[in-house]
Amino acid sequence: MRETEIAVVGAGPAGLCAALAAASCGAAVTLIDREERPGGQLVKQTHKFFGSERQDAGTRGIDIGRRLSERAMSHPGIRTMLECTALGYYADGVLCLEQNERFIKLKVKRMIVATGASERMLAFPNNDLPGIYGAGAVQTLMNVHGVRPGDRVLMVGAGNIGLIVSYQLAQAGVKVAAVVEALPKIGGYAVHASKIRRLGIPILTSHSVKEAHGKEVLEGVTVWRLDPGWRGIPGTEMRFDVDVMCLAVGLSPLTELLWQAGCEMKYVAELGGHVATRDDNLETTVKGIFVAGDASGVEEASSAMVGGRLAGYAAAASLGYCPDFETKKKQALWELAELRAGPTGEKIRKGLAALRGEAC
Amino acid sequence: MLERTGVPTEEDLAKVIPPEERRKRGPYAVFECFQRIPCDPCYPACKAGAVKPFDDINDLPVVDLDKCNGCGACVAACPGLAVFVVDETFSETEALVKMPYEFLPLPEPGETVGCLDREGREVCSGRVVRTVKGKDKMATPVVWVAFPKASCHSVRHIALRRGVA
Repeated sequence: MRETEIAVVGAGPAGLCAALAAASCGAAVTLIDREERPGGQLVKQTHKFFGSERQDAGTRGIDIGRRLSERAMSHPGIRTMLECTALGYYADGVLCLEQNERFIKLKVKRMIVATGASERMLAFPNNDLPGIYGAGAVQTLMNVHGVRPGDRVLMVGAGNIGLIVSYQLAQAGVKVAAVVEALPKIGGYAVHASKIRRLGIPILTSHSVKEAHGKEVLEGVTVWRLDPGWRGIPGTEMRFDVDVMCLAVGLSPLTELLWQAGCEMKYVAELGGHVATRDDNLETTVKGIFVAGDASGVEEASSAMVGGRLAGYAAAASLGYCPDFETKKKQALWELAELRAGPTGEKIRKGLAALRGEAC
Repeated sequence: MLERTGVPTEEDLAKVIPPEERRKRGPYAVFECFQRIPCDPCYPACKAGAVKPFDDINDLPVVDLDKCNGCGACVAACPGLAVFVVDETFSETEALVKMPYEFLPLPEPGETVGCLDREGREVCSGRVVRTVKGKDKMATPVVWVAFPKASCHSVRHIALRRGVA
């Protein structure tokens, strides 16, 4: 059976940073990802990141992903397994994988789960028409494959993903008819909203989708205003003739592996759904299994990178590597606290407090 | 309000547009950054030392307009594309605004473009004075546009007119 000291599942921002941190201490790492290239969602992020210099602020996500991927792929301590899916983890420390239609067993001493998150769907009549996409799919089409998703788009959701993808669509020359948001205010950063407003794209807050229209494919969408009880108000309907509707209505952590491994899970709405309870070192209730990134609670890439680094050092330290772990841990916790300190971090702070069983 | 519309209000803008005395002295940066988010690249980008150091990365930037020379390094550096340099002394009749522009094709110097306000409405015509592409291909290009002075606090984007009859 193949062996490794630390298996990292998911090579997005959290997984790459976890693998690099653990390997930099001398641990033997196997980095696993189901895609053909590492980077996770970073490969689609053409906007410049926020944060500070320590988290590569001002650098575009795609460049951060490239840089981290190159470092991980060329690191002698990291073995990368791409187009490889983690299937299950068993109590004797065996991680089962599938690659090239082959079943592989990997004996691991520690595992870091950095599997990311999946996009949420929205319920409305005809939501199965071709032309209705998740925002991530639209980004993949445009930014990975260079394919225009359509000619005219209605964006649903004014969180950062909805705002950023609207901007990317406009950059690709696709007309964005409007951004629709059910909440009474814009959830994403104001600067992202201002960027698309000056392109002439309206943002309709307190509005949601009533229904989609079309025979074979999407031809239009009816939107209506919501009352404070989230019910559509008859008579406020507006129709948009669009061939694409893009849903950016939130993410849920991808936690199957953690459930299957027997980690204690808790539902925390602010973190996007069920997440694993864990200690300061991001170690779950199953000893030896750590979590990082969106799989541990939906947040954003800068904090995913710092969290991944912390999990990587912690896993290495638990194997006797990383003699200055306490210093490194302190630094990471400080950076996380700083990133989450402002009003935009309130939801995460509340979610993490709930996860720890504290009132916030 | 900004959080409902994505467009800063007159009240928001009054906080970041300098007093008339400073505006008459030459180019100045306008930081249309009104929401506390964890972000500080404008501070290291400013070689004139006009952006004060951040105590907390979530703080709003504070600009010393006596040190700001309107170079526009912050315009290219701001991840939120929220900084503009305004020069009301550009000519008798025209103001010059340096604005971030992340679209292709880039406008050419001398080109006539539509000048758009914060809601994407065209308010006047403008003339491209310079296009600064930045150090590497991923840097945000900065376009210098001259247009009638009266619109210098409202124009924040441009629309190319190529191919339009």
